[in-house]
Amino acid sequence: MFASQFVYALAGGVLIGSAAVLLLWLNGRIAGVSSMIINVMFTRERLWPALFLAGIVDGAALYYLMGGDAPVARDNFPIWLLAFAGVLVGVGTGMARGCTSGHGVCGLGQLSPRSLVATLTFLSVAIVTTYVVRHVFGVQ
Amino acid sequence: MMKNVVTLLVGIIFGFGLALSGMTHPEKVLGFLDMAGSWDASLLFVLGGAVGVTLFAFRLVRRLPKPVFGTQFFVTQAKQLDAPLIVGSALFGMGWGISGYCPGPAIALFAAPNWELWVFVPAMLVGYALQRIVMNKLRPSDAEADDGSVCG
Repeated sequence: MFASQFVYALAGGVLIGSAAVLLLWLNGRIAGVSSMIINVMFTRERLWPALFLAGIVDGAALYYLMGGDAPVARDNFPIWLLAFAGVLVGVGTGMARGCTSGHGVCGLGQLSPRSLVATLTFLSVAIVTTYVVRHVFGVQ
Repeated sequence: MMKNVVTLLVGIIFGFGLALSGMTHPEKVLGFLDMAGSWDASLLFVLGGAVGVTLFAFRLVRRLPKPVFGTQFFVTQAKQLDAPLIVGSALFGMGWGISGYCPGPAIALFAAPNWELWVFVPAMLVGYALQRIVMNKLRPSDAEADDGSVCG
């Protein structure tokens, strides 16, 4: 079980990376989810990002249909805190022009200095934040 | 037409990979970020696997004059390490570290909807709208130049 988690993580990562390569090779686009959401919301170029986002939902649904574990809601997690986190993710990835996929997967793959700085920043801030939320405030 | 089919199919691969990797489970993500708890290092292999592929294959792809079904590569040339990049990434890190959701897994929640979806995703969209409004006020030229087609 322990070892298989690493295999799933690696296989999933390879699929994510392969999808990013295919999108660039075939369509010339970067697989950055935050930029796709922004495109759908605010630009005229919304068809392709909407299709990709729909694909993400279908792909995850396919995995759950095949018997993969679906995420379960945390009943004791404060609603206001989850909403606050959602606003932070929207504002933050909008400002930084990229998230885990755009800066993390695609940007690092291109050896972009902006993406390296972004990834190191959000990873380290996330680690500190998780520590504070879980171990200082005791929210699980 | 072909381009649209490709986009959907590649999105499906991406979403399947995301779910397979464990990234769509916020508690697993927090278990990875929480190094002071019983650290779950497995998600390190998601980024490792993905970047391993892109690092190698992006290089080959960019040698081509143009993509298979397109006229050009839409890749940003931006280099400057500016305040919005760093402040934005820090705010994102806070939101990610609180919730365990980054944008991809948040969208993937539609495949297995629960109450967290109906709180987190609308809040995230409000965040994008807020950021857009403030950016338009502060730097209208940037907003016009931003065709939203790039990441990075």
